Amino acid sequence: MSTTRPAAEPAAQAAALKEWPLWEVFVRSKQGLEHKHCGSLHAADAAQALVMARDVYTRRQEGVSIWVVPSRAITASNPDDKGELFDPAADKIYRHPTFYDIPNEVGHM
Amino acid sequence: MDALIDEPAQGGGAALQAPQAYLLHLADNALVLGQRNAQWCGHAPILEEELAQANISLDLIGQARLLYDLVAQRAADGSTEDSYAYWRDAPQFRNYTLLELPHRAPLVGYAQGDLDFAITITRNFLYSALMAPLWQQLSLCPDADLAAIAAKSFKEATYHLRHSRDWLIKLGDGTDVSHARMQAALEHLWPYTREFWSLTDLEQQAGALGVDGQALQHDWQALLDEALAEATLQCPPPAAGHISQGKQGVHSEHLSYLLAELQSLARAHPGAQW
Repeated sequence: MSTTRPAAEPAAQAAALKEWPLWEVFVRSKQGLEHKHCGSLHAADAAQALVMARDVYTRRQEGVSIWVVPSRAITASNPDDKGELFDPAADKIYRHPTFYDIPNEVGHM
Repeated sequence: MDALIDEPAQGGGAALQAPQAYLLHLADNALVLGQRNAQWCGHAPILEEELAQANISLDLIGQARLLYDLVAQRAADGSTEDSYAYWRDAPQFRNYTLLELPHRAPLVGYAQGDLDFAITITRNFLYSALMAPLWQQLSLCPDADLAAIAAKSFKEATYHLRHSRDWLIKLGDGTDVSHARMQAALEHLWPYTREFWSLTDLEQQAGALGVDGQALQHDWQALLDEALAEATLQCPPPAAGHISQGKQGVHSEHLSYLLAELQSLARAHPGAQW
């Protein structure tokens, strides 16, 4: 039939969706001081990722600020390296600031 | 009767109240488009868009509820928001015809499916480009209750405009196929936008509330020109011929089907509550 008529092409649609880069979404809540990672989504560009993040992750008044970051910009540690990276800290409780009292006036730390 | 009810408020030194008919016009617009867009639930092209369309519908239905509730309070005749949403028939609805049209252009329904995203986006854009500046104007109107609803709705309409404008540009300035579909959607919907500007009792009532119709049309056209240029879409020439009359209660055949779906549950179980 006509070549200009876009018939339903699930395969083509799925391919197009894969071309959209993945974005990690960070939301700062009303009380929160920092942006927290809350999920990821596919979007064509940063502006669209922001709009989509708003619609997906802040529907219940979760946030007052959103960051989106291209997932490919994140360099992650390898789960296989967990032992050598993190286990050595396990027996060094003196690194936790639990041996003295923090005055109330200091507030949030 | 409406005029008689509304007259004393203006002359008696009390705050000016918007005519009930005008409030219903605003409410019906929101309800009908909200219901129409909710058809995307379960069918949107991607999850994020599914949620976006549902959010937009919920904003619109929320606006309608506030307005119906205000009308019911002022009518003081035992009516509620449900009386207006569920117990009126198509000729009593005063929404723009544009908002009740299906999500598809005529003649291609069976060929392309019932839901054409190009129509949805283009209509949301044309309507939110009207409502963002209108709500802004109404937020300054002398009817304090309406002004409060308008201030809330202005924020929502501004987001709807941003959302639809973003897609309009992406699809208009996208592939050959997406461009052609957006241009076709624009040409299909364009004649119905004439109804925004035809002068009826509603426009007089809006004028009495301080709405500047000329400024509104100017703002709307400016929003269109800018977005369409960026989307590489051609604004159709001024339409001629028939002007749709949904806001006067003369609707297309599509509204009664939409209302049947919306109202069937309430009518099958009158007075039912959650």
